[in-house]
Amino acid sequence: MIDKEVASVEAAVADVPDGATVMIGGFGTAGLPNELTDALLAQGARDLTIVNNNAGNGESGLAALLAAGRVRKIICSFPRQVDSHHFDALYRSGRIELELVPQGNLAERIRAAGAGIGGFFTPTGYGTELAKGKETREIGGRMYVLEAPIHADYAFIKAERGDRWGNLTYRMTARNFGPVMAMAAKTTIATVHEIVELGALDPEAVVTPGIFVQRVVKIARVATTAGGFASAPKAASQRSGGAA
Amino acid sequence: MNAVKWSRAQMAALVAGDIADGAVVNLGIGLPTLVANHLPAGREVVLHSENGVIGMGPAPAAGAEDFDLINAGKQPVTLLPGGSFFHHADSFAMMRGGHLDVCVLGAFQVSAAGDLANWHTGAADAIPAVGGAMDLALGAKKTYVMMEHTTKTGEMKIVERCSYPLTGVGCVARIYTDLAVIDVTPRGLVVLAMADGLDHDALQRLTGAPLAPLR
Repeated sequence: MIDKEVASVEAAVADVPDGATVMIGGFGTAGLPNELTDALLAQGARDLTIVNNNAGNGESGLAALLAAGRVRKIICSFPRQVDSHHFDALYRSGRIELELVPQGNLAERIRAAGAGIGGFFTPTGYGTELAKGKETREIGGRMYVLEAPIHADYAFIKAERGDRWGNLTYRMTARNFGPVMAMAAKTTIATVHEIVELGALDPEAVVTPGIFVQRVVKIARVATTAGGFASAPKAASQRSGGAA
Repeated sequence: MNAVKWSRAQMAALVAGDIADGAVVNLGIGLPTLVANHLPAGREVVLHSENGVIGMGPAPAAGAEDFDLINAGKQPVTLLPGGSFFHHADSFAMMRGGHLDVCVLGAFQVSAAGDLANWHTGAADAIPAVGGAMDLALGAKKTYVMMEHTTKTGEMKIVERCSYPLTGVGCVARIYTDLAVIDVTPRGLVVLAMADGLDHDALQRLTGAPLAPLR
């Protein structure tokens, strides 16, 4: 019998080794798998490469992992935020490597890895600093830059509902990077708010088919409040260390 | 010069007036966001945000925010009937693939050839952060820029060549400033409209690249 349900976030991340590449989903306040990131911090893995849109907000989740010195390199599109002080300090003191990637290229490089694509030509970034040293080609009168896939050992994502086969649905803009990160990692761990009987998810509405998911963990429904946006509710800015 | 500068609301109304019924539009963070408040009645315009939503409605009432439903500026939004959600790769495919009609962005500088600089000042101690800026620059059939005509200290923002790091090459179709509306064409910059009290020579003196009057 296939049963991808794992009893706890601690058990779900127990085998992440030192040196692993870990994708972490989420954008703003939506879809952050902070329970898994917190469990990884407690688990102790170090020398990690992290793939995320940002580089941590406030004191929790990815920011805490950075603050603990567990991350060797981060691949992201927008590290600088009002509450990214842990990343800022590491970067300014040369203690973390940054690979800055335009957001759409980041998503497509992740998707490419999951789809078995060896690289692709994109117009985004052509003629800019972020394309320096990269192969370019004129195709149909337009200039393109060659970009490589981004593979990962693990992906941490947050979905809404799942079943024991790992089929997932998401909630609104919390979907963000989840479906593509799920495809790109050897081991994808999804947190869900509800685990339902096989067959209970409408097959027409499944967003991530279970083939892309190895572990499913149920978590409590707690509103995500970190996310680096200035007008967060009061409780949120307190928790995230006072977003400006 | 006794020109009466356009207010931010007037600039937003000018941009909004040029967005056609049925258009799918991405409004960048900051000044461009104001355009949503000025769309003429009777035009159905669909708003896209690159974090994975199309068909956005107005901001929710205080207390009614749902932090799973946000825009790329990480602000809570609402969804209109007909709206939908999708993942990041699909969202950027909508832009890169030329499916959006208009994208409106802020800028540090725009060149005579339509090069855009809006992501990085190039300052040595700045932490670089690009986000979706480079994708947005190429993200629609037409990329419009909305910005002040000059900086607060009077430096020109419309220039022969950008001195700040580029976001995109030759991507800007039209510039809306607080003084003028200017098209970027193969024969250079062409003035479409000017604020009251301004003449061509005065506008040219505030612009770092040659301007052709509308013929």
